[in-house]
Amino acid sequence: MDSALIPKGVKRCPTWQFLLWIGIVGAVLLWGVYAMLLCWIKGLNQTNMNDYYGFALWIWADLAVIALGGGAFFTGFLRYVVGKDELKNIINYAVLIGFICYSSALLILAIDVGQPLRSWYIFWHANVHSMLTEVAFCLSCYFGVLCIEYIPLVLENRQLDRVPFFHRLGHNMHEIMAIFAATGAFLSFFHQGSLGGVAGVMFGRPFAFREHLLVWPYTFFLFTWSAAACGPCFTLLITHITEAITGKRLVKDNVKDLLGKISGWMLGTYIIAKIIDTWYWAAVTAPSKGFTLMEFYSDNAFYGIWILVTEIVICGVLPAVILMIGPLRRNRPLFLSAIILACIGVCLNRWVMVLQIMAAPVMPFDNWALYLPSWQEVATTILPVAYGIILIMISYRYMPVFPQEQELNPVVE
Amino acid sequence: MLPFSFEWVWDMGHVVFHGGLWYALSVIGLGMTYCIIKTVLDLKKGDAGHHH
Repeated sequence: MDSALIPKGVKRCPTWQFLLWIGIVGAVLLWGVYAMLLCWIKGLNQTNMNDYYGFALWIWADLAVIALGGGAFFTGFLRYVVGKDELKNIINYAVLIGFICYSSALLILAIDVGQPLRSWYIFWHANVHSMLTEVAFCLSCYFGVLCIEYIPLVLENRQLDRVPFFHRLGHNMHEIMAIFAATGAFLSFFHQGSLGGVAGVMFGRPFAFREHLLVWPYTFFLFTWSAAACGPCFTLLITHITEAITGKRLVKDNVKDLLGKISGWMLGTYIIAKIIDTWYWAAVTAPSKGFTLMEFYSDNAFYGIWILVTEIVICGVLPAVILMIGPLRRNRPLFLSAIILACIGVCLNRWVMVLQIMAAPVMPFDNWALYLPSWQEVATTILPVAYGIILIMISYRYMPVFPQEQELNPVVE
Repeated sequence: MLPFSFEWVWDMGHVVFHGGLWYALSVIGLGMTYCIIKTVLDLKKGDAGHHH
């Protein structure tokens, strides 16, 4: 039925099967949309946030998808600015995943502001003393860059490509993509960093506060670094999942190996910096504020020292070692384990820096503020996942996302 | 926010924050404008680019 839209030389599942899966995932999407509308129409009383605990579950999801979507800016930087030509075979997918992650982040913020009609206030009545203003500026501008990077892929659709204007436009956009990619890297550096900076400048919360380099707390650099390290791992993980679902090889091993190796070194250097930062915070910063390390990890039912060990050792050191050492990296099960652990690690880091900060007591008379999200928070957090799956399904079906697909999976006529 | 807004103050915060925003928007806007104009000119010259 839709065969005229499917790229030449590749095989796709029957239309009924495609529509069935769109329908199943679409039902989950509608559930999330219903919860989102409840938050907009009835207000943020639909969440379990309160005056003490001001970050909903979706703020963690927001920071996590921004970190995981970092694969787009870093892969784009490597491909267009550094000149790693092999990455042209995975850059489309990195851009698509980045587009999904950043549009999801903006959607989450639109829910979180409670009154989305006033979103433009942040640009016109900007508070220039807020790191979140910088995040909003860079996030929305970088989403514009991702749209520009995604448009040429859309224009390569078989039918759109037949229109001379679209064909030529896509070609011309490709020609100056390095400028857009460099702008994207600039914007990403600052918004990833500022998201970390938000935690690091909170001098009233010793669990979050870090020492500064000029005006930037160390968390500024750690957030950018971790996004550049783990974002490509997420791209590789989604590629692996797509290959498993479609039953095809879509990207050659040398491309995955290169991206995995670069991620490994980024992760390795990041985790060394993270260990130094954590040690200094535990030994100097927190005691100077009257806290010992174990006070942040005891007297509650959830946040034990396990979370620190898991984040740094199991989801940091371990995947970094696997990805940095060639023979380990080329072992497929180990490679897959490493990229999964890296993705879990960065999500765990964002959880700690968003939710544990809110939960940890500050005053001697405070208690741990553990909270359970409402179903509306859960549904709006799952909403971007369903949206992402649908957009990947549509893009994969109708656009030449993987340049090596035809070569790796020749269609027998 | 633009400098003619009543909220504008000529200080480092406003210049750096909004300078960065305008820089990014300018690159995006000028880049896309260049692509669209070049595409129209290419098509006028009869170069649809299908030989690529």
